[in-house]
Amino acid sequence: MNIYTYIMRRLLYVIPVLLGVCAIVFVLFNLVSPDPTLIMLGKHASVKQMAELRAELGLDRPMLEQYFDIVKSAFTFDFGRSWTTKQEISEMIKAGAIPSLTVTLPAFVFSTILSIAISLLVAFYRGKAIDKVVVFACVALMSISSLAYILFGQYVFAFKLGLFEISGYDAGFPYFIPYVLLPILIIVIISVGPDVRFYRTVVLDEVYQDYVRTARAKGLGEKKILFKHVLKNALIPIITFVVIRIPFLILGALLIESFFSIPGLGGITLNAINSSDFPVIRAMTVLSAVAYIIFTVITDVLYTLVDPRVRLS
Amino acid sequence: MEVVKEQKSKNLWQHAWGTLLSDKFAVTSMAIVTIYFLVAIFSSLGFIAADWTKEIGPSYAPPSADYIFGLDIFGRSVLAKTLKGTEVAMSVGLVTGIISMIIGVTLGGIAGYFGGKIDEVIVWFYTTFNSIPYIMLLVAITFILGKGILAVYLALGLTSWVNLCRLIRGEVIRHKDREYVQAAAAIGGGDFRKLFLHILPNVMHIVIINFSLQFQTAIKSEVILSYLGLGVQGQPSWGTMINDAKLELARGNWWQLAAATLAMFIVVLAFNTLGDALRDALDPKLKGK
Repeated sequence: MNIYTYIMRRLLYVIPVLLGVCAIVFVLFNLVSPDPTLIMLGKHASVKQMAELRAELGLDRPMLEQYFDIVKSAFTFDFGRSWTTKQEISEMIKAGAIPSLTVTLPAFVFSTILSIAISLLVAFYRGKAIDKVVVFACVALMSISSLAYILFGQYVFAFKLGLFEISGYDAGFPYFIPYVLLPILIIVIISVGPDVRFYRTVVLDEVYQDYVRTARAKGLGEKKILFKHVLKNALIPIITFVVIRIPFLILGALLIESFFSIPGLGGITLNAINSSDFPVIRAMTVLSAVAYIIFTVITDVLYTLVDPRVRLS
Repeated sequence: MEVVKEQKSKNLWQHAWGTLLSDKFAVTSMAIVTIYFLVAIFSSLGFIAADWTKEIGPSYAPPSADYIFGLDIFGRSVLAKTLKGTEVAMSVGLVTGIISMIIGVTLGGIAGYFGGKIDEVIVWFYTTFNSIPYIMLLVAITFILGKGILAVYLALGLTSWVNLCRLIRGEVIRHKDREYVQAAAAIGGGDFRKLFLHILPNVMHIVIINFSLQFQTAIKSEVILSYLGLGVQGQPSWGTMINDAKLELARGNWWQLAAATLAMFIVVLAFNTLGDALRDALDPKLKGK
């Protein structure tokens, strides 16, 4: 298949997926979820009050119209207003994106670099004691609940030892730095286990390839093979793995943000969940789905550009 | 003339079982999982931790010889609550695993076997589904079903089948034109017979490995749902215990968090180790990696 036709087809596939996402969101939040007016007004609301609120919220409009509103919001990012704070949701998202990114972005960069470094190291010593210890340590790290990391981390490092701020946030550089250090540290610890395991498998998949044997046969040193040949080839799955995770950075770290009172998107989402604020939940769902779809397309296109074998299949 | 005695060769499953038994990590993990299942069964039958609601001492008594894991705010034994919590954890893991197995295997099998339009629709469906963040789907489903353990089962089960579905689809595509499937067709086997009786047993190893990993993910997710206030109600679970600990920690009461975390850590670690061991035993391609 021609590379341009492939990319075009991949781009066009976004449309049915996006319509599908909106359909699922519509079914979940507009069709089968419990009547939001009942949640907002409480059990003792009169029928008239409920009808008025339904009209005010636009819930009495035709179903198809409500569905197309969701589809439209995926393009315009105009999600209407929050039911609880009455704020414009797009404004809330704009305000929350930066605090979220100050936590998730550095955490993501550190954990990725650290994990790739560790996985190259253990791949170099594969089968030896250090490899086994690291792999076991990763599995052990993965087996602890992320909530336990957050609670213990906050209690021990911030509350008991006073090394970090317990919670809070100050906008603007460099004022936010003391507040984000501990959250970043905790995210790095949570992600290092699964990441090292993944990158290690990726590197080891390459180590057993024929070209590595050839390189060895022509007398190259193990270090040179690993860092020059293997790393270059392993970069393809690594990039895929990295790019696909970017949308989750935007969504923020739900639990971390709520524990450390960081006014990011994760916190907004959590508040919306707690107060059944459907428009905000819907907006966050659509937003992150759109981000996910865009970044999957980017990975797929990158993949075809780097690895011609993909196009053939 | 010598008569050669026919020696029965081991099949894949016997081989895998042998490999598993020779791996001491795998054996330990299986023992741990069995113990947890037994605790869960005995506690649901009322043999263990039936008196978890009873006040047995002062509020927030720290761990001591009398109270191994200390007491909670109402003077209830944290140990008994932890044991009782096993019930929720193991049932959530099991039911979730079964739901996602049924959906994943059926859809993946049908998509891979029939191909064409059916395949396109199923692939579109899981791509769409996968684009929505897991946590949002969980929240939406628990909103609809109300709170409680049934909602937890369904929410976790309905959101975790995509990976298995994708793997099964790929594997079935690879198998469907092989000789043994043609042979089954030649003796008059229909589509569903070929798919479910001939191909699926050959891709079963993927299902088993996935089930083991799915189990521990479900246990971990239950904790998150409980923290969001969408989890199990009126019954102790490790999630609700960790959630309670949020307020207790500021007063220095760490034992409830420690007990729940420890109980969870051991079983999740066992399932992770077991998953890896199963992969080594059932998927010879990956051996030694």
